[in-house]
Amino acid sequence: MKKLAANGIKPHDAEMKADGRKFSLMEKLLLGLTLDQYVQQVIRNKFNWLLALIFVVGIPLIIYRFIFGLGVVTHSSYDYPWGLFLGFGLFCMVPLSASGFMLGTTVEIFGRHDFEPIERLALLNGLLGYFFAVVYLLVDLGQPWRLAYPMVYSFGPAAVLFLVGWHVATYLSVQVAEVSTAFFEWIGFRRGYEFIRKGTIGLTVSGIILSTLHQGALGALFVYAPGKVHPLWYSASFQWIHFFVSSIPAGLCMVICVSTVVIYTMKWRCDQRFIDSLDRITISLAKGASMGLFTYLFIKLLAVAHDNEWAYLATGWGAWWLFEMFFGVILALIVLGVGIHHKSVALCRLGALITVLGILLNRLNTALIAFNWNLYPEIPHIFEVIISITIFAIYVTTYRFILNRLPILYQFKSRAEA
Amino acid sequence: MSKITRRKFLAGSMAGGAAIAMAPTKKAFGANLEGFPDGMGVLVDMTRCVGCRSCEAACNKEQNLPEPDKSFDDYSVFDERPHGHYRRPTEKAYTVVNRYDPVDEQPVYRKIQCNHCNEPACLTSCFVNAYTKTPEGAVIYNDKVCVGCRNCMIACPFGIPAYSYSSAINPIIKKCIFCYDTRLKNGQTPACVEACPQQVMVFGKRKELIKIAHDRIRRSPVKYVDQVYGEKEVGGTGWLYLSGVPFQEAGFNISLPSEPIINNVKDFLAIVPMVLAIWPALFTGFHLLATKGKSHGHGDDHSHDGQEEH
Repeated sequence: MKKLAANGIKPHDAEMKADGRKFSLMEKLLLGLTLDQYVQQVIRNKFNWLLALIFVVGIPLIIYRFIFGLGVVTHSSYDYPWGLFLGFGLFCMVPLSASGFMLGTTVEIFGRHDFEPIERLALLNGLLGYFFAVVYLLVDLGQPWRLAYPMVYSFGPAAVLFLVGWHVATYLSVQVAEVSTAFFEWIGFRRGYEFIRKGTIGLTVSGIILSTLHQGALGALFVYAPGKVHPLWYSASFQWIHFFVSSIPAGLCMVICVSTVVIYTMKWRCDQRFIDSLDRITISLAKGASMGLFTYLFIKLLAVAHDNEWAYLATGWGAWWLFEMFFGVILALIVLGVGIHHKSVALCRLGALITVLGILLNRLNTALIAFNWNLYPEIPHIFEVIISITIFAIYVTTYRFILNRLPILYQFKSRAEA
Repeated sequence: MSKITRRKFLAGSMAGGAAIAMAPTKKAFGANLEGFPDGMGVLVDMTRCVGCRSCEAACNKEQNLPEPDKSFDDYSVFDERPHGHYRRPTEKAYTVVNRYDPVDEQPVYRKIQCNHCNEPACLTSCFVNAYTKTPEGAVIYNDKVCVGCRNCMIACPFGIPAYSYSSAINPIIKKCIFCYDTRLKNGQTPACVEACPQQVMVFGKRKELIKIAHDRIRRSPVKYVDQVYGEKEVGGTGWLYLSGVPFQEAGFNISLPSEPIINNVKDFLAIVPMVLAIWPALFTGFHLLATKGKSHGHGDDHSHDGQEEH
């Protein structure tokens, strides 16, 4: 795309062409390029080759899993019923997608319109993260075609998972509605756009409610397993609030990371408003994230004190827990802090990356590594790893497909402005 | 302004209301820790068990389970250590007997199966209500509604439920159901209890069994450890154990809380209705406070003409 831009070819970004004709759907899908130009730029991009390679190996494996059952792609463990599909796919993707409700709240509820250039990216990041968390879930469920059972057929309303199921489903629809404004603009359905915009406050507030509860509920799921989760990662009273609070820096830092990737690899798609404001917004998001992280650090220590678990810190598991804390939280806080103080965007981005890795480590620790700490460690089956990577690659592909087209990184020029 | 404000407020509360309508209704837990008054149970006296595995064989036959890898008179299974640990129930065996070798003592044999908790963690963690605690005391499972999330396997403090991972179209949870369908329902003794040549197990009302167990301890205080495992663990279990050696030496988890597992989750469940009730007004209020009197931004815009982003 960079080469095309150098030749003076502009990607599709408005309702009307320069000569006043409307873009057709096909032209929109091809970004306003001709088919030849489009195919050539797809082939030119080395990253597409990597994705293709992953798909060639991974997609047959996914099909293999559905034909022959979970037993052929996992270790069929009775002791570790939740493997990478949930440990990574659900418990990591969901906090990293908290960005939607965070930025929605900032812009729509608190009226901070200076964050507007990144709002849609954050909303999309939320929507896709949740959607693919559900995809991971579908791969993991024994009988995925029964996914809707807790909604329509058989209710277990006292279970935490019931709440997670309902809330993730409801929140997905809320996020579809929130992101649909971009889609309606792009497709030219003005009335749909206006209809959704009118409900923004309601959608945003329900987003906050649902997020508070299901981010917390993911933590509460592990409260069912006292003795299985190592005490340092377990807290009957605070587990839900640990998961909820840590999802705040997780979501914000994920947006910083994604926007960094975008500005370096897809600059052609960003408009001047996005490019000009990104540095300022990155530092502001980093400020928010560091406040969240600091709170998280505090309540993590509070939980250790509350259950009087200091003695565990002197064990091997304690060292691992301290590593998670020092790397994922304290180091992240230092890097973010220095970055904010010196207004260094690069440091803020590094701090965001460390935060994201720290959250991944925390969730994997809770779900897999420190789970069954007094049994034996479970190393996931190689096919399980490949399938997890493949679904992540599909996520990246979808993400890019949408960013390339819908007005997420750029403002759509309506008829009047063109 | 008042009109706009009111409508925005309503939009906010509608969303909240919708969420409340969908909110799970909470059952009252822990009201009756004793479980069903006439719930049945089994008292396992481990001092009598010789490890003949007749109960395993009887269970296999009763539940139409597949042929085992090693026959039931093969005692080399006692030396098996899958993943470095003792055997546990699997999809092919709802009950297993293990041999433990305490220091300076005779080997101890322990039969493992579902303990049929008074307040089962599997049941309370299930989001499709696939589990039922019957008045007879069994914890049974309905494979017709199971989605296969395996949360019950996470929640079970005894590591009992197994899953038939190998099935692609109908994988289900496999666990001991107290011979509910074939025997317990009709007041009959479970197959394993009936098959035992050593009278290790007594089948009866849980309340009576606790008395019997304490009687035995009182009469032979030297023979038994002064504890009935399952009387208090995780809110009490239908199956109760007597042991001649400290329970941890026979592989029992002695760190389990005496409260039911669900009690740990209550803190979280209690905040759910609070968040649903308070958040809508709180955040709509924040919105009004934060945006009132601001002349720019689409906070005001989208409420009249849908134009935005100046």
